[in-house]
Order: sequence, then C-alpha cells, then structure tokens
Amino acid sequence: MMDIIWVILLLGGIAIGVISGKGTEMTQALMDGASRAVELCVRLAGVCALWMGLMEIMRRAGWVDALARRLGGVLHRLFPDIPAGHPAMGAISMNLAANMLGMGNAATPLGIKAMEQMQRLNTSPDTASAAMCMFLVMNTSSVQLIPTGIINFRHAAGSAQAGAIVLPALIATTCSTLVGILVASLFRRLSRRRGA
Amino acid sequence: MSWSDLVIPLFVCAIVAGGMAKRVPVYAVFIEGAKDGLKIVGRIFPYLVAMLVAVESFQASGALAWIEKALTPVGAWLGFPGEVLPLGFLRPVSGTAAMGYMQMIFERFGPDSIQGLTASVMMGSTETTLYTVSVYLGAVSIRKPSYAVKAGLIADMAGLTAALFVSRLFFG
Repeated sequence: MMDIIWVILLLGGIAIGVISGKGTEMTQALMDGASRAVELCVRLAGVCALWMGLMEIMRRAGWVDALARRLGGVLHRLFPDIPAGHPAMGAISMNLAANMLGMGNAATPLGIKAMEQMQRLNTSPDTASAAMCMFLVMNTSSVQLIPTGIINFRHAAGSAQAGAIVLPALIATTCSTLVGILVASLFRRLSRRRGA
Repeated sequence: MSWSDLVIPLFVCAIVAGGMAKRVPVYAVFIEGAKDGLKIVGRIFPYLVAMLVAVESFQASGALAWIEKALTPVGAWLGFPGEVLPLGFLRPVSGTAAMGYMQMIFERFGPDSIQGLTASVMMGSTETTLYTVSVYLGAVSIRKPSYAVKAGLIADMAGLTAALFVSRLFFG
C-alpha cells in the first residue's frame, strides 16, 4: 500500500511535471522536499523532548496510570492485545486525551511514546501490530473535540461566524473515527483468520 | 489572546507544580524523559524524507490543477460545491497543501460561503494521514504498515464524505 502511494505521488508527479515542461521546478521540488524533512525534524525534536520530559513527570506523579485506569474499560475493548496495566495503555490514554483537547504538538510525542511501548509487545517487529493499526487509525481520523486551529484560521480570514463549524466538524470527525475503528477491527479479524 | 492560547502554558504549570507537590524530583525526571527526543527524531527522518519528496514533487507538477478541473463538475453534479472536492484528496496527503487550498477558497468565496464552511468542516474532520503514519511508524522503525494506511484512508473517506453531507445540512 505504502509502495503504491509513494510511487503514484513521486513518479506521477515527476511524469506530469516533465510533460508540462516543468523540469526546473521539479528539480527544485525534490530538493525542497528533502530539506523540509530536516526542518520538520528539527522542530519536532525540541517539541518531542519537551513533552516527553513533562510526560515523565506526570508518570512519576502517578497521573498517567490514573488516567489509564479511568479509560481502561473502553481502551481494553479497542486494544485487546495489550494487557491491562501495561505502560502502553498509559501512553495511549495520554495521546488520546491530548488529541481530544486539541493539543496537537503534545499529542505527537505522546503518541510516539505509545508506539514504543506497543513495539515491545509486537511479535513481528518489522510490521505494524493490530494494536498499532488501531492506534494509528484513531490518530489519523482525528478525535479532536474542537478544531481550534481551523477556527483561529477562519477568524484570521475575517469570518463573522468562525465557530459555526464546531458541531458539523464534530459530527464528521465522529463518523471518520467510528468507521476507522470498525474497519481496523474488521481487518484485524481478517488477518487473524488468514494467519491461523 | 484567546482562551485557547492559555491552555498549553497553564497545563505545563500544572504538571510541574503538581509534580513538586507529589515530591517528584521534577528537574531530574524531566531530563530523564527528554533525553530520547533527538534519537527518536533521527529514526523518523528517513521516513519523512521519503514522504515529503514525493508530496512536494506531486504538488509542483501541477497535477492538482488537473484534479480540480476534473472534480469540480462531478461535485456540482452531485449537488456539492465542486471547488472543495480536491481538498478531500489533499487533506490526507499534505497538511500544508490542504491549508493553502483552504486559504485559496477563503479568498475566492469568503470563509462564510458554503464553499468556505464546507472546506473548514473537511479540514476539521480528519488529519494528515500519510504524515501521521510516517512519523509514528518511523519512530519505531517499522517499514510494513500492515493495514494501517488502508484503514486510515477509508476512515478519511468516511469523514470527508460525512463533512460534505453535514455541511449541506447545516449551511446549504
């Protein structure tokens, strides 16, 4: 799947660009893409270190486990492969809480922490586990309650009703998250059957 | 300054102050947690290079203009503002490109037009799936995403379709 997407974007882009006579722009775009990865990594490194440091304080204070216990019932259904009380549950709860509250730059480092914990339980370390797939789908489908970034952006563009999108966006994102969870558990069952 | 600007600073205060109240050696523990930040980003780096080079080349090629031209009449025929449909394609692929496209829609039709409102709801209903998957799988050096990408893209389609219908219901 990743191969197909990558090839379509990369080769499709180059082919269309060359046909349209944009050789120079295409060369520039390829180099820019590589440089942007460096910029993003530099920005991410600091934010990552900051939130992982803060998360460690929260963990030592006992709040991460407390949150995981509170969300335990729901999380156990979504992630049946992760034993109750495993540190992965704590990291997953923190990531989902940060996502819901719209703290995007905190959610990513916490999510990475969750991925590391889930990798410890992964029986084939080169392939995403069922728990990881469920976690990724919940993250990519956005579980944010209020899209603050978009509202600010609308406000800046001179909208008279910047917040009018809150309820419709919540309905739409609920649809995407529910479908994501259903599809991920369906795929999980299919891959189990194939593996058995 | 709005209320949402205060969330992060207050949250950081609460963590550090609360940690001290619980007698956590906050400074040492912070360092302990933060020390892996750079190492993780180093693991993510090759995944991001692969993804961003592909996305940039696709954007620079002008392929989006083709997609927009092809999708606009389809959308109009289905009874949706056709101009927003390319956003459904952009949103999972590139966050910055999607933001740029929404900005363009705001300038052309205004943020409170049906196009502007629909675009906003679409933006608020999903994430940049390819970026998220690259970062998270890169952090643990996994090359085979299994069904994560497929399931993520199906969820995106559901969210974006829902965004179109809900926007028509609320603002149409």
